[in-house]
Amino acid sequence: MESMTIGTFLWTALGAFLTLCIFSFLYKDNPLYKLAEHLVVGVSAGYFVIILWHNGLVPNLFSRLSDGDFYFLWLNSSKPWYLIPSILGMMMWTRFIRKWAWVSRWPMALYIGIATGLAIPLEMKNRVLTQLDAAMRPVDWANFFGNGYLDPISGYSHIIIFFGTIAALFYFFFSKEHSGVFKGVARLGIWILMIGFGASFGYTVMARISLFIQRIQVLEDFTNVAWGGSGAFLLIWFITFGIFVLLSIYEFIKYLGRPRNA
Amino acid sequence: MKRQLPLSLVFIFGVFMIIQYFVPHESSEWIFEFLLDWIYIIGIFALALGIWSLIRVSWDKIKYRKDNWQYSLVTLLGLFAMIVFGFDYLRNFQTAEGLQNFMFVHFFDYIMIPIQATMFSLLAFFIASAAYRAFRARSILASLLLIAALIVMLRFNPYFGPISPYLEKTASWLLNVPNLAAKRAIVIGVGLGIVATALKVILGIERAYLGKD
Amino acid sequence: MNIFDRLMSIDRRWVFLFLALVCVVIYASDISVKITVTDEVRKIYNFTDNLKPGDVIFVAIDYDPNSLAELHPMTYSIVEHAWRKNLKIIFTSLSQNGPGMADLAIRQISDSLAVPQEYNGVQYPARTIVNGEDYVFLGYKPYPALVIVGMGQNFRIPFPTDYYGTPLDEHPMMRGIQNYDQVKCVIDISGTSGVDMWIAYGQTRYNFPLALGLTGVMAADYYPYLNSGQVFGIMGGMLGAAQYELLADNPGRAYDAMRVQLFAHMVIILFIVMGNVGFLMTRKRSKL
Repeated sequence: MESMTIGTFLWTALGAFLTLCIFSFLYKDNPLYKLAEHLVVGVSAGYFVIILWHNGLVPNLFSRLSDGDFYFLWLNSSKPWYLIPSILGMMMWTRFIRKWAWVSRWPMALYIGIATGLAIPLEMKNRVLTQLDAAMRPVDWANFFGNGYLDPISGYSHIIIFFGTIAALFYFFFSKEHSGVFKGVARLGIWILMIGFGASFGYTVMARISLFIQRIQVLEDFTNVAWGGSGAFLLIWFITFGIFVLLSIYEFIKYLGRPRNA
Repeated sequence: MKRQLPLSLVFIFGVFMIIQYFVPHESSEWIFEFLLDWIYIIGIFALALGIWSLIRVSWDKIKYRKDNWQYSLVTLLGLFAMIVFGFDYLRNFQTAEGLQNFMFVHFFDYIMIPIQATMFSLLAFFIASAAYRAFRARSILASLLLIAALIVMLRFNPYFGPISPYLEKTASWLLNVPNLAAKRAIVIGVGLGIVATALKVILGIERAYLGKD
Repeated sequence: MNIFDRLMSIDRRWVFLFLALVCVVIYASDISVKITVTDEVRKIYNFTDNLKPGDVIFVAIDYDPNSLAELHPMTYSIVEHAWRKNLKIIFTSLSQNGPGMADLAIRQISDSLAVPQEYNGVQYPARTIVNGEDYVFLGYKPYPALVIVGMGQNFRIPFPTDYYGTPLDEHPMMRGIQNYDQVKCVIDISGTSGVDMWIAYGQTRYNFPLALGLTGVMAADYYPYLNSGQVFGIMGGMLGAAQYELLADNPGRAYDAMRVQLFAHMVIILFIVMGNVGFLMTRKRSKL
């Protein structure tokens, strides 16, 4: 039990240390930040290789080529045609050899043909037809003013959605000059778009702040593992802020003392 | 062969997939499943290109002692360490025991998660700084954007007294009505764009994916 | 430099410091905030709550550690709710680092279920979660669009084995489960563009009930799909996660973070107002 506790402490301390390395970037770029950044690039790439091997190649290819007793004796396989996609896949690697790079176009063409063919009917139905259908539903005249203050399922809201969608589509139509009535409708469209982007921005701020709050929660977990209680947590942050403030004051004094141009 | 065969392949398979969507016959489903089975394997080999690129670039930096070459060493060490752990210290290539390897799991939990999560948490500060510096009510449109953002940000704020419930309902209405209209227009536009581009690729009009000869 | 110019040109590191200070102080305090639940989250909760023991749901954990803050609490509250109700879950992960997140979530939630709990007045006994009986984790394959379409034909086409290397047919839970037709709903918890694939290549083609758990950055963009009925519920960001936690009577990290969110938003609004006051006064002076 004692060694597990020490192990957990060390691993958690490593996580906390790397977290603070990344936070140090807020002051300025520094070797600790660069170290953490390059470490995660390597570790992520290595992780991806392992996932592709164990979750991709082994079940989908190697298992099918080795129905027999010996892994490399693919002649024992009941499905030897699986060699063909593996050869096609390896043909992709010729991309790095300038003389043979054209060979990689064949498997890429197979992939692009399948992907684009799949996309056309599905994206047309999903993004265009279903959305147009939803926009053109009958207005609920019985519930035109809705239930209370700003009811999103009221009749007038539905009319705003319908005309708002058309106006925004008018704004994106650049094959005709925006003049006269067209310009007026396009102007309404850009107003609707600005409200949409404002709503997205509000949500984005919430999203970004959430990311930082979660880091605070994790650092509190670390102080609980190490020392227990919120006192230690606040002490660690006080010291961190203190260092940040002192460094900022130092930079400010350096800025005041900079040589001025004649 | 260099250009005509790939263009023909794109056309044949593209048209087949479109027809297959409308023809749910057993034989078309069989071919569809067969193609999908192959494409997963081809795709995995293609992803190896990215890993090889990373190794090559990092190795070049170390070999020619370019700026900050020491960090490339850290990258390669991290990459090979994960590979060793992922294959259960190079003992197991055939079974997935490496995925449960102690070091592999702990490297993910205590190196990858903290660093990646913290890198993105820096955005909290950058968005505050960017909002402070750039979010100006220069025109009516910018003001509209600003007001919509403020209403959504304040939606669950209880410190505005009697206005608070109305802020919440206004935010909900903004998201479900004008925001919906705007995003619907964007979705329709994107959908038409995707279909047009896909058709251009299938018909051979768009050939950028072939690269140069 | 007058006061209005200074208002517009504070060093950004002071902005960072002030925001961080406010977040930490509020987090360490006892302030609590009441949140209300929106319809789009309530629909997801009600759908899951009305399923019968033994029903199978599909949870796609399509996020990386960079979206952990918002999406992990969602995963936690939905999966714990589902397992408390004795639902069976098929997990998959179509993002690059997603398998690790899914594995972490399964481990953590299994540990929390080993303790009896009471939620919404109902006593739930302790239980052990068994791989193959209570859940199957399919793992990861690249190119989400093709994987989603493949799973619509048969889960075994893209995933002959699960994440741990066991053939799917060896799991008792997977007997009789071929594709989405045998699954009650799909819940996609995503921080990537994979959610577009689930809607286009999954829901549009195979017509299953689909709910989304999204980061705040993406949430506002998917309201058209909610309105058209392609998606029956959306949880947006940490707020969505907090609302689900509230409904499930299981307040966790997301609910705890809401009070910090509130004050952090007020700090950002304060800085925006300061910048705009400086800008408008400076513009007024230059016009005079």
